[in-house]
Amino acid sequence: MSFMRILIVEDDSEAANYMVKAFRESGHVADHVGDGLEGYARACAETYDVLIVDRMLPKIDGLSVIGSLRAQNIQTPVLILSALGQVDDRVKGLRAGGDDYLAKPYAFSELLARVEVLARRNRPGLGEDTVYRVNGLELDRLAHKLTRDGKDIPLQPREFRLLEYLMKHAGHVVTRTMLLENVWDYHFDPQTNVIDVHISRLRAKIDKGFDPPLLQTIRGAGYMIRDGAR
Amino acid sequence: MALGKLFRTTVFKISLAYLAISAIGAGLVLGTVGWNMKHVIEEQVAQTIDTNIAGLSEQYAQGGIRRLVNIIQRRTRRPSAGLYLVTTPAGEPIAGNIASLPPDILEHTGFIETDYQPPGDTGGKHRALVRVFALDGGFHLLVGHDLEEGERLRHILGDALLTSLVWLVVIGTLGGLWVARRVLNRVDAINANAQAIVAGDLSGRLHLAGTGDELDRLVQNFNAMLERISILLAGLKEVSDDIAHDLKTPLTRLRGGVEQALRTAKSPEEYRGALEKALEESDRLIQIFDALLSIARAEAGAGREGMTEFDAGFVARDVGELYEPVAEERGVSLVISSGTGLTLHGSRELVGQAIANLVDNALKYGSPDAAKEARGPSLSPSPGAATVELSARRSGGAIEVIVADHGPGIAENDRQRVLNRFVRLENARSRPGSGLGLSLAAAVARLHNGSLQLEDNEPGLRVVIRLPAAPVRREPEVPLALPSPEKVA
Repeated sequence: MSFMRILIVEDDSEAANYMVKAFRESGHVADHVGDGLEGYARACAETYDVLIVDRMLPKIDGLSVIGSLRAQNIQTPVLILSALGQVDDRVKGLRAGGDDYLAKPYAFSELLARVEVLARRNRPGLGEDTVYRVNGLELDRLAHKLTRDGKDIPLQPREFRLLEYLMKHAGHVVTRTMLLENVWDYHFDPQTNVIDVHISRLRAKIDKGFDPPLLQTIRGAGYMIRDGAR
Repeated sequence: MALGKLFRTTVFKISLAYLAISAIGAGLVLGTVGWNMKHVIEEQVAQTIDTNIAGLSEQYAQGGIRRLVNIIQRRTRRPSAGLYLVTTPAGEPIAGNIASLPPDILEHTGFIETDYQPPGDTGGKHRALVRVFALDGGFHLLVGHDLEEGERLRHILGDALLTSLVWLVVIGTLGGLWVARRVLNRVDAINANAQAIVAGDLSGRLHLAGTGDELDRLVQNFNAMLERISILLAGLKEVSDDIAHDLKTPLTRLRGGVEQALRTAKSPEEYRGALEKALEESDRLIQIFDALLSIARAEAGAGREGMTEFDAGFVARDVGELYEPVAEERGVSLVISSGTGLTLHGSRELVGQAIANLVDNALKYGSPDAAKEARGPSLSPSPGAATVELSARRSGGAIEVIVADHGPGIAENDRQRVLNRFVRLENARSRPGSGLGLSLAAAVARLHNGSLQLEDNEPGLRVVIRLPAAPVRREPEVPLALPSPEKVA
């Protein structure tokens, strides 16, 4: 997996240090600045793959930083981190130019998975293929057809979208909330493990009777479609 | 009482405005009457003059100037006679009862209004309407009528107008002050009452005068407002009590676990286990926090600006489909049915979450296993009862989303209580859950000006969310087509 350059704009330095360390352990490079003004300057001056911006910052607030960057035509993907996690806060954040929104407190695995998706967004060619392929599993987005090793696998519409999202991010961890947001378009926490049950249904269809298993559970994080054999 | 305060009252200002309007009205009426009267009198006078001139010129034609002069002399001797004057072609008066006239009146034939002086009256000039008639032979005949009487009438009317205006102003002002004072007294009483309530006990209420007028209605609304404030305050207190209890319990567990690990754990595995438990516990805390915040936000009416129109039927089917595999896994069949055109104005996200909470509850507590547990093992589970129905339909001006199960249900006296935060009934305590799901659903219903009701499904629980439908737009109905890949399947 290629490494990412990440800028963290966060005034709580302890939280930021955790993040910087955790990103380094995951093989990425993370810089940290403590206020909005410096964050804006750094984001303008250097090239980053993703910006992580807290909403409430000294000097300039997070949403204004994003607005100013977008006004300068700097299109680096931004993930907004905020203690304000309700529906309307999220809508405001995304309207201000953010690309994703994560409420505090969060699990680092969730943050990492989302940042990876954002970083890949700007790389050309991603997600534009009409056919996704992972080790003999072939999903034709236009014909809405799924085959594995040439055998047709019938899917429900929602299962198709679920698999489509997983295969679009093949090789990357996708969390349960990401699936709920992107496949069902809901942001609430569905108490029960609904997503897990959908996944195990899907797994029964695409992995049962085939080898190797492609849809893998990543403990403590989420799921990943991966060419598991090699 | 300070008069200045009285003058500043709205009631007094309104009285003043009414006063001005009635004064203008009275002026208009009297003015019109006066003008009409003058008009009628003048018309009558002119007619009389015309008849007189016709008669006199006939006499002149028959008997000449001598006969005319005779007649005029006879007529002018009678009291309150008309005005007459006969002159030579040169303008010398021959007979009549006019002492002097403005010059060149005699040059104009026809009607004219003029001043004149009667003989023997050295006082002021009088006003008269006269007509000059040229007789054959160059003589001028002038017949006229004194207008003093009309003038006097007009003066009387004018005086009447003035007097009535004065009375109007006096009575109006006094009346206005009286009414203003009466209203002000009541408003002052209400104000004093309100201040006492604000300063002291919020449970106090304003007194009704019992007249049922607009002030009473105002007082009623104030009382309703106070009622709402008390409820909100009580709610706030309840929330802080709830939070104290239900957040401190998991916090205590969290702290205890960490403390114990620090004291007794020896191997890295033991530490790891304790940390994992702590993480789990804090995730649960975050969940509770989020749920509490969502409820508080919904109850405070936040999120109204983000509301859009959406189809409640689609959302119900969406959520149903989300939970369908879970239901299957638990051996429950989730039956989803929905009508079409169930357009709502609201938050799709929140309504979705509310429905999800209800379905989640129904799947957790509404299965026959739960019923068996609740009623004891003697009752055999009825076969085929493992069904949860989720339906959305229109009912008059409302849209109803109904989640019904065949579980143990909720006893009637528990139904209101269970909507409160953190309330978990006995048979639910052993299962995971925070006791916030129903509270959130109810808060979402209220946010959308709707309601949530718990009913008996005989057996089981039936939860009905009733939300006002969005106003129907006159648009051709779009056939059931979702912008999703459903049609391809």
